Amino acid sequence: MANINQGKHAVTMAQVSKWYDDFQVLRDITLTVDHGEKLVICGPSGSGKSTVVRLLAGLETHQEGTIKLYGQPVDAQGRGDVGMVFQQFNLFPHLSVLDNLILGPMRALGMPRQEARDRAMAYLERVRIPEQAGKRPGQLSGGQQQRVAIARSLCMDPKLMLFDEPTSALDPEMIAEVLDVMEDLARDGMTMICVTHEMGFARRVADRIAFMDAGEMVEVDPPEIAFSAPKSARFAQFLDKILKH
Amino acid sequence: MTKIRLPLALLSLFALTACSAPPGTWGWYVIDPSTPAGWTNITFLLRGFSATIQISVLAAVASIIIGLLVALPAFARSRWLRLPNRIYVEFIRAIPLLPMLFWVFYGLPVVLRSIGLDVNIDPFWGAVITLAVSDSAFTAEIFRSGIQAVPRGQAEAAQTIGLTRAQAMRYVILPQAVRRILPPLANQFIYIVKMSAFASVIGMAELTRRANELVVTEYRPLEIYTLLILEYLVLVLIISAGVRWLERKMNADESR
Repeated sequence: MANINQGKHAVTMAQVSKWYDDFQVLRDITLTVDHGEKLVICGPSGSGKSTVVRLLAGLETHQEGTIKLYGQPVDAQGRGDVGMVFQQFNLFPHLSVLDNLILGPMRALGMPRQEARDRAMAYLERVRIPEQAGKRPGQLSGGQQQRVAIARSLCMDPKLMLFDEPTSALDPEMIAEVLDVMEDLARDGMTMICVTHEMGFARRVADRIAFMDAGEMVEVDPPEIAFSAPKSARFAQFLDKILKH
Repeated sequence: MTKIRLPLALLSLFALTACSAPPGTWGWYVIDPSTPAGWTNITFLLRGFSATIQISVLAAVASIIIGLLVALPAFARSRWLRLPNRIYVEFIRAIPLLPMLFWVFYGLPVVLRSIGLDVNIDPFWGAVITLAVSDSAFTAEIFRSGIQAVPRGQAEAAQTIGLTRAQAMRYVILPQAVRRILPPLANQFIYIVKMSAFASVIGMAELTRRANELVVTEYRPLEIYTLLILEYLVLVLIISAGVRWLERKMNADESR
């Protein structure tokens, strides 16, 4: 990989703090993610885990600390270098699936239409829905929409993929098809940061699991430690609650 | 159905007044097309459609262009870029149409001459400019609210696939905002058509001016102004029908 030398780590966050007015949403977050690493972030709602990935995607700004991606600030990244998958898919409803996929490559990368189409079809094959290319997002199931959203990000050939609770808006029977696609992606060596409560996925895919609570990064462990011997009582309690079901 | 019921009610009101009025109240001969004099009068009145339609269409197109140009800075990150938008909207919206028309027709040429531009503003362009500028403040607000109604996630998704803010606006936000913008925009067009009647006071021979002139010579205000109202009614109903057709077409496109 060409970009592997650009910065020692894929992601470096040092003492990052963020406030919404007087309310502090992130407290001194320090975190590094290696090239090709898969990090799962979990924690109760309001813990700041979504804010972390939104910061990395350049959708929010912080007040204190530094964030580097591949040794560069977030706003110095190439167009589409950081892929983001949202809880609500955020597909463009007025465009067909194919047009959703080719918009970025054509307009941001200046790729010719035919090349963008070929690439889009390749990624639709990869998320296993090439037959839906001509449909509007509104005609697809939630699981299909989320897979299209993943393909749309991949079309930009990102160095890093961020997932913000990608399965939380899905009916149970559609969660597996999305997680399968994400596991494929993980096997191919993509660097991934994923906010999710899918602990089965975390166990199978994650290199490390980060637990956040009240704006703090409480602990970051390899899964075998996280699931057997979490260091903090808060993490143990949290795991206890979500694994019971 | 409700759209049809109102004009029907109005028409029956006219008919009722006409039938129940004492003899001599109505004098339809003045616009009776079967008599040569009536035919001359009615063609004189109907020729006003041309000016009313031209003024309205030009003003509406200009208003949409100005409105969009005024609305877009409202989405700038910088407060200083947003400021001109607020000032323009608040200022223009506060000026009543008739005073603005007088100012543009009588005052603006003086201003232009003082800066060395020898431009004469005729009644036609005076009306077009005034209607366009006056309406553009409302058009700008319609664009702004329509654009704001598109969920924020759309702009965020556009950003993460590398689109610039301008590209996101053009390819993602505006196409979705159009559906929300079109119905209120059509209302504004109807408003422009009706307000174009003010052009009569600066001497533009559109529908209202012609009716006024005929009233002065024929002394039949009731009949002539009744016809005038019906003329505007026809215009507005045609516009409404066009808009409904457009909305249906867009809904069909969306669910295709």
